Amino acid sequence: MNHAISDALVITKRQLLQLSRVPEVLIFSTIQPVMFVLLFRYVFGGSIDSGQPGGYVQLLMPGIFVQTVAFTLVATAAGLAEDMKKGLIDRFRSLPISRGAVVIGRTLGDALLNILVLAIMAITGYVVGWRPTSGMFQITLAFLFLFMFGYALSWIGIFVGLSIKDARTVQNVGFIVTFPLTFLSNAFAPTTGMPRVLQYFAEWNPVSSMVAACRQLFGLENEFGATANSWPSQNPLATSLIYMLLLMIIFIPLSIRKYKNTSA
Amino acid sequence: MKTVEAKHLVKTYRNGEVKALNDLSLDVEEGTVLGVLGPNGAGKTTTVRILATLLKPDSGSATVAGIDVIKHPEKVREVIGLSGQYAAVDETLTGWDNLVMFGRLYHLGRQKSVDRANELLERFDLTEAAKRPITTYSGGMRRRLDLAASLIVRPKVLFLDEPTTGLDPRGRQDMWSVIQELVTGGVTVLLTTQYLEEADQLADDIAVIDRGTVIARGTSDALKTQVGGEKLEITVENIDIAKTQEIVTRVSGHSAYVNTRTVSAPVVNGSRDLMEALRALDEAKIHPLDIGLRRPSLDDVFLSLTGHVAEEVNEEAVIPKKGRKK
Ligand SMILES: Nc1ncnc2c1ncn2[C@@H]1O[C@H](COP(=O)(O)OP(=O)(O)O)[C@@H](O)[C@H]1O
Ligand SMILES: [Mg+2]
Repeated sequence: MNHAISDALVITKRQLLQLSRVPEVLIFSTIQPVMFVLLFRYVFGGSIDSGQPGGYVQLLMPGIFVQTVAFTLVATAAGLAEDMKKGLIDRFRSLPISRGAVVIGRTLGDALLNILVLAIMAITGYVVGWRPTSGMFQITLAFLFLFMFGYALSWIGIFVGLSIKDARTVQNVGFIVTFPLTFLSNAFAPTTGMPRVLQYFAEWNPVSSMVAACRQLFGLENEFGATANSWPSQNPLATSLIYMLLLMIIFIPLSIRKYKNTSA
Repeated sequence: MKTVEAKHLVKTYRNGEVKALNDLSLDVEEGTVLGVLGPNGAGKTTTVRILATLLKPDSGSATVAGIDVIKHPEKVREVIGLSGQYAAVDETLTGWDNLVMFGRLYHLGRQKSVDRANELLERFDLTEAAKRPITTYSGGMRRRLDLAASLIVRPKVLFLDEPTTGLDPRGRQDMWSVIQELVTGGVTVLLTTQYLEEADQLADDIAVIDRGTVIARGTSDALKTQVGGEKLEITVENIDIAKTQEIVTRVSGHSAYVNTRTVSAPVVNGSRDLMEALRALDEAKIHPLDIGLRRPSLDDVFLSLTGHVAEEVNEEAVIPKKGRKK
């Protein structure tokens, strides 16, 4: 059992080493969100009338934060699928290491990468005028939420990666699923403009809860689309927390078990 | 003592459509090398994966170093080394990174992992490439690193799945000497191969497998005797075939086999028989287009054991195109 943690950390360290050896990955995974911040801020920022003091960027940043961490799912799944294809997972599975170590290590590695990415985005946001108005405690809590959300999704990523086993397919499927999920939400535009069915979906979408929760924690009054008086839109913090815990309770054991039983 | 023992292994894929292993049994005596020889798709990798605890058989049982692979896979993992058909190392990292990482995963501790990594890199002639990413390695270097990774804690049993497939002759030669050296060190080895010559070079004992089951078992010598050792092959113009067949049959003592313009038959005294055949051809004023001795190949083994040449399992037939991985 004491090895479980140290084994996982060796796997995590390997991922960080990879980043230092192939810096393109790191550069790409940070440029993308920075690009989003700039595009949305300057392309749509002028035309979307948010009615928000401080401008659209205040509403936009939480949306981009959540969208970016949501893509952890794809990153984790693709990374794992790649390791399986290369036969590396076979090697790990033939070693006397604790069974959960490989997948725990990977989720930790992706979580660490998220910290860095979130920090870079926060700085970019600040540069283009994002100014959270709440206190230090709430801001920290918001980032903790984002971090946890990414971590929870990472565990779904493990399950997806083990199921699909092919990095490229994983990436395609991941984007096809994750893109609509992040856009069918309150992240970039109010849900009030959507057809009734989509609006309903958007209100219950975990991405919306997370975005609303972050907005609240960053000190925004206007939750931008919380109109249907649904429970999630009234209680974004609680909803997000429940979603995250639920995902982890389901997917951590499920993914570890799947890892044990999977053969590449 | 049997260090590896597999009994009646059965493994099917696709709900029984593909029978990868069909009642396969084999064993490896302590301190010896068993060569598992078979064509593509015969079930070699499946066998290795079951013995190395990566895969559970549908039925049958197996022990490695006396430990049941199905009941106590975690104990088996402590005593085995596995070097797969495809080099299973992290390609983005350096050779040194990889070996240190594997050392840590064997719980050697930091300093010991580093020492062991350096030692193995030295031994496998990789010191110069130690700090380069694996992506810059040649095929042979990759395989050597993969092998090094499976030797970190001096395993009792080593599984080598097609250790030289895809290597050039030089790389193959290097790999052979590395493996031979290991074997002198006393480790028990199960190695799979598609080359009779390789099994002959490295193995004490050979198990020939076809379609998921062992069809012959014995020493390399016994097998070769059965196959007929070397073959004399002469290619001539069409008009000379009949006469050449006569000569070859006389030299060999076995009736010669004709395939288009090539006449062949097993011979016992290699070069002496070759000379004799040449002389006879010369006397008969026949100018061969090509003449030579050929060592028996896997095909010859299969031909003599089963009456048909080794057939690769036709994957197109069993795996639908869209689900196929390259
Ligand atoms: N995951 C799999 N799904 C379906 N068929 C498989 C799978 N793995 C192996 N097979 C089939 O099982 C047979 C034995 O494969 P394998 O053990 O890899 O052979 P070898 O290593 O001797 O080339 C082949 O017909 C192969 O196509
Ligand atoms: Mg194979």
